[in-house]
Amino acid sequence: MLGLNKKDTGLFIFVICVTALAPFIMNPFPADSAMAQFNAGYPDLMQRFVIFGIFAIGFNILFGLTGYLSFGHAAFLGAGSYAAVWMFKLLSYNIVPAIILSVIVAGLFSVIIGFISLRRSGIYFSILTLAFAQMSFAMAYSVLTPLTNGETGLQVYNDDPQWLKGNGPDATHFFGLEMRSTFDLDIGAWSFSFNVGYYFCAVLMLVAFYLSMRIFRSPFGLMLRAIKTNQTRLNYTGLNSRPYTLAAFVISGMYAGLAGGLMASMDPLAGAERMQWTASGEVVLMTILGGAGTLLGPLLGAGFIKYFENIFSKINESVLHGWFGFLPDGIENGLIWVIEHFVGSGWHLTLGLLFMLIVIFLPGGLMEGATRIRDRFSGDKNKKDTEGKYAPAGE
Amino acid sequence: MDAILLQILNGLDKGSAYALIALGLTLIFGTLGVVNFAHGALFMIGAFCAVTLQKILTISSVSIDPEKKDFLGNPMEVKTPYVESLFGEATGQLIINWSVPLAILFAIPVMLAVGYIMERGLIKHFYKRPHADQILVTFGLAIVIQEIVKHYYGANPIPTPAPDALRGSFDFGVLLGFDPNAVIYPLWRLVYFAFSALVIGAVFAFLQFTTFGMVVRAGMADRETVGLLGINIDRRFTLTFGIAAAVAGLAGVMYTPINSPNYHMGMDFLVLSFVVVVVGGMGSLPGAVLAGFLLGILESFAAMNEVKSFFEAIYLPSIDQIIIYLVAIIVLLTRPRGLMGRRGVMEE
Repeated sequence: MLGLNKKDTGLFIFVICVTALAPFIMNPFPADSAMAQFNAGYPDLMQRFVIFGIFAIGFNILFGLTGYLSFGHAAFLGAGSYAAVWMFKLLSYNIVPAIILSVIVAGLFSVIIGFISLRRSGIYFSILTLAFAQMSFAMAYSVLTPLTNGETGLQVYNDDPQWLKGNGPDATHFFGLEMRSTFDLDIGAWSFSFNVGYYFCAVLMLVAFYLSMRIFRSPFGLMLRAIKTNQTRLNYTGLNSRPYTLAAFVISGMYAGLAGGLMASMDPLAGAERMQWTASGEVVLMTILGGAGTLLGPLLGAGFIKYFENIFSKINESVLHGWFGFLPDGIENGLIWVIEHFVGSGWHLTLGLLFMLIVIFLPGGLMEGATRIRDRFSGDKNKKDTEGKYAPAGE
Repeated sequence: MDAILLQILNGLDKGSAYALIALGLTLIFGTLGVVNFAHGALFMIGAFCAVTLQKILTISSVSIDPEKKDFLGNPMEVKTPYVESLFGEATGQLIINWSVPLAILFAIPVMLAVGYIMERGLIKHFYKRPHADQILVTFGLAIVIQEIVKHYYGANPIPTPAPDALRGSFDFGVLLGFDPNAVIYPLWRLVYFAFSALVIGAVFAFLQFTTFGMVVRAGMADRETVGLLGINIDRRFTLTFGIAAAVAGLAGVMYTPINSPNYHMGMDFLVLSFVVVVVGGMGSLPGAVLAGFLLGILESFAAMNEVKSFFEAIYLPSIDQIIIYLVAIIVLLTRPRGLMGRRGVMEE
């Protein structure tokens, strides 16, 4: 189907089903129960799942296939956000031109950065992209203030022209269909919300996922893998690999721009902090955590991190006391004292530790973990060697 | 002329910090072949050594002095630091006042230990892994260190003043025959520059004139052969990592009076230090130092109003924000091995 083989079609249908039914899957607990805080089925979070999913899928096309570790992808996300908000300011709240422009802007931006950064590989490439992203961040704060509104962040004001607005709605919409409108369905004690914005992002995410599948299976994708495996040898065969890496870089930059545009479409704001290198680190983390170079991995990683970020940030001392109330006081207080460091505002600490643990013990991410478990149970002795799965180019 | 001198001096303190951090980065990369994204965190730990020592020295006993009244008429609480009751008031106050320079003595063993633990506990397992893994794991470590510091010291900058004696400014121009008051420069920044020059000199002397340094240099050139000669090169490299950590830490300790330390100061310096290393030439120690000072001075020149307005005229506003990156891009495109990098070393 659609030019995919049987296995990929199965995977694609699985992903379609999961995203379509996400409002049910994410809300497994009744709305009033004590477990409701583990629900993730509210629009804002579900939108973030798919938007960061797109971002990570795009990053994976570069990092997973070519092995070029970019530390500056957030710059494209930020550029996409700014472009989208400008379209809201100038034209109307219709998100179609905004998203198109954000992809184009991010694409052009990534052509420039990619053209320069890809002259080097390995660590130099990482450092160069990092430097570019920091430069963009610094410029968004200072020089480009007329474009970016500096520290305040770019937003839509009442006196903005919005030439095409007419009688259109005052919130982001898709030809009249407002992104924020949500349909709530109550079944017994359960409550599910179906949000227009989420489904819009989800459709684009599925398109993005399909494209990435096609890229993975195409001759172009094969070439990218060859670059990762041994770029020197590829060069010796008389092949210039730079157009391929540049194409991969631009594609992943456009994915990031799309994610940025969608982010602004859900909430018409754009700030420089989206470009900061910690944001770039986050997408690296998502891809690694899920499994770089796998199809499903980045989606999994994005969902995992966004879910736990949300849940962990909500847990505080009183919640912990509620959980461990059955323990003797001394043990309870000791345990809570320890856990407290990792939840709430300590979420970043957990994230850093998780990151280290994954890189140390499971370089292939969750997907490798799943494969290992499956191999153990099926007793398959012909395990594939996953060592050095994403060695950077030029090694 | 005096304006130019002033800008050079202004660039020296930042340049010193860049040079010291870049020196450590290069030392680690040259010996262990590891790209250490946690090096900024080491700089930050150093700065917080100074904060910690200041806190330790000002631990006070609280007594109520019935003689003195506060503005509400209640007896006033008097805090007496233990140091003062131990050494007498004058000496105690002097010690507290000099806490930042004293922190050097405190930071050296701490940083050596941190470096040792880091290398033995974590980095050691990453020698054979790809550079991407090294970057990622040290990046994770940097986040962890940063969050721990944030947890214990809070998110706000903590002021750690320089000693009173070194706090004023200094008429540097007079020494060189300019008019008085033409080139006035904060004294502590001069101290910082002198200190970093001393540290850099010490590191180079150590590598150049001791047997240990000779072995390390040999190991940088050809690790395997040194190992075959029956020398335990790993142990020496571990110590080199400790030294690199100590250099970064000392840079942090002495930087605290210039900028009050906060938990993300390391990250801010790290990115620029990497740029410095790349410009200087990966693996070249003199290159790192040279590029550090050069870029620091360049940055301060770009902040001059005359230069700024010149670049604004050719549509490059706020050149001071991006000059370092621009220079790095130009260097990488025209001379990929960096200013002082050896031909063929890491040119890919």
